[in-house]
Amino acid sequence: MAARALIRGVRLGSNSIGRPRSLIFNSLHRRGIAACIDPSIGLTDEQKEFQKVAFDFAANEMAPHMAEWDQKEIFPVEAMRKAAELGFGGIYVNPDVGGSGLSRLDTSIIFEALSTGCVSTTAYVSIHNMCAWMIDTFGNNEQRERFCPDLCSMQKFASYCLTEPGSGSDAASLLTSATLKGDHYILNGSKAFISGGGDTDVYVVMCRTGGKGPKGISCLVVEKGTPGLSFGKKEKKVGWNSQPTRAVIFEDCAVPVTNRLGTEGQGFSIAMKGLNGGRINIASCSLGAAHASVLLARDHMCVRKQFGETLANSQFLQFKLAEMATKLVASRLLVRQAALALQDGRPDAVSLCSMAKLFVTDECFSICNQALQIHGGYGYLKDYAVQQYVRDIRVHQILEGTNEVMRMIIARSLLTES
Amino acid sequence: MSARVLVGVKRVIDYAVKIRVKPDHTGVVTDGVKHSMNPFCEIAVEEAVKLKEKKLIKEVVAVSCGPQQVQETIRTALAMGADRGIHVEVSGKDYETLGPLQVSKILAALAKKEEASLIILGKQAIDDDCNQTGQMTAALLDWPQGTFASELAFEADKLKVVREIDGGLETIKIKLPAVVTADLRLNTPRYATLPNIMKAKKKKIAMVKPADLGVDVSSRLEVLKVDEPPTRQAGVKVETVEDLVGKLKEAGRV
Repeated sequence: MAARALIRGVRLGSNSIGRPRSLIFNSLHRRGIAACIDPSIGLTDEQKEFQKVAFDFAANEMAPHMAEWDQKEIFPVEAMRKAAELGFGGIYVNPDVGGSGLSRLDTSIIFEALSTGCVSTTAYVSIHNMCAWMIDTFGNNEQRERFCPDLCSMQKFASYCLTEPGSGSDAASLLTSATLKGDHYILNGSKAFISGGGDTDVYVVMCRTGGKGPKGISCLVVEKGTPGLSFGKKEKKVGWNSQPTRAVIFEDCAVPVTNRLGTEGQGFSIAMKGLNGGRINIASCSLGAAHASVLLARDHMCVRKQFGETLANSQFLQFKLAEMATKLVASRLLVRQAALALQDGRPDAVSLCSMAKLFVTDECFSICNQALQIHGGYGYLKDYAVQQYVRDIRVHQILEGTNEVMRMIIARSLLTES
Repeated sequence: MSARVLVGVKRVIDYAVKIRVKPDHTGVVTDGVKHSMNPFCEIAVEEAVKLKEKKLIKEVVAVSCGPQQVQETIRTALAMGADRGIHVEVSGKDYETLGPLQVSKILAALAKKEEASLIILGKQAIDDDCNQTGQMTAALLDWPQGTFASELAFEADKLKVVREIDGGLETIKIKLPAVVTADLRLNTPRYATLPNIMKAKKKKIAMVKPADLGVDVSSRLEVLKVDEPPTRQAGVKVETVEDLVGKLKEAGRV
């Protein structure tokens, strides 16, 4: 194309929400193009537009920096705020408090596309969205107006605090206590593995206000700077390096009762409802990584030659690629179906979200892993993106409910029905 | 200032797609291939929307010629901030042979009908690289043209256009109504925001046929054959400078 000649001598300028010019004609950024795994199949025109914006944003604003953010462990505040300007800060939050008011399916499509640019950052944005939604849905009007607008614009960032050193899968056994004293709860305890912890401003904390078990748990919003709130050291992780992970520590931390979402004892239910959507979002992030990895593997196979021909001529690798593509499409269909079930309030929504999270995170990890294998030795080098996709999505099989807990939920649904 | 701007947007094969020639050599494969708005048309839409935001013009109308699918492209323009769209229905054989001459006749007719005072187009489309529609439209309307614009400004009742030419930059002042074609450095197109995409759904796209505008879209050109560019041949290694000069002389290059 004549246009490619224009790349020479093009200034790399961009205004706040425009795209870097040099990337408009950069054909290296393949925006998800391969007919049978095309993620826009079956979408409405409007959803295709959402997806296009997300893909463009991922290709222009995230993918060029994904390796640097990972290596230097940068929390990309500017890039995320740019995303928020486009409406990605509160995708399924009500427009009256600054959200975009889209459906769960729209959200899944958007995160899937964004994830091709950087899984770790997109996953954090999805956690942020989940917290904003929880406040929007379970908060009273005063709380919604106090927190949601800043969260939707990403003026402030949020963290979800459920897990503790002593309670991961057994979340309902959490120990962080919140004792009522006048018009404040006094919090004592600590949370572990908190995404964004220490760098974020708003913490949605599940804590014990009542007796043992899930019914004794309430949900409080704690703001950074509250006396008694401190953070552990930044954890060193295998992936998800563009978001800091820290312990969140409460020592006689006083939180006003007006910061409680919903009623006392409702906290666990709020947490689980947040996680249903969170599981679809995390699965969607895995999808994006798998999609990008399939394209990378395909491109590598068309270029790399051994034994006198390109890898694309090897039937074994052709079959491998076909299997990867099939698993990708199957995963995508399951996630989108789960999103529909959740937004329509179907009775199978919770189980379907768990099935989607279980199946998709496992399958997509396998897809990315195989893509790495297809790259041979190059797949192991940090110069190639495929290893980052593998490292970043490995944790999706663990957080937001381990895949083992997903099995518990599905088995319970099967065995308690009769 | 001037009321209405017409922006032409063309639906083309996405820039990132690997183009393949049809087996019968009559054209390139377009079925099932990803399409999007021509990048220079995006720059044109962005400029029009910017002018509206500066309150220098009142309304931005996005126009596209083609079959049902071009409505996607018009919707993208609406999501970027255009106010309404016009879909000129051309399909089948007529669409395959649609070229700059017919499109410029359509745009000229629409400009008169809509009483537009400014037409902004992309300088060329990335599929045919014609770089003709803007110039032809201006000629048909007998309007001044500011092509390859890298800067646009209103000065009193004239339009100041900085053009990118072979020798550097040329600044001209043209009277309105006029045709401007956008070059790469005119601006950086914005991302559509999620709220704007949803608002775009409510904006109207009017449907019109070329016959309604009195335009005959039959082509005067016949494409005989479409081929891939010749594959790059292997080079030849030479030992000395004399060898090199000898080989170049043999090939008739010197």
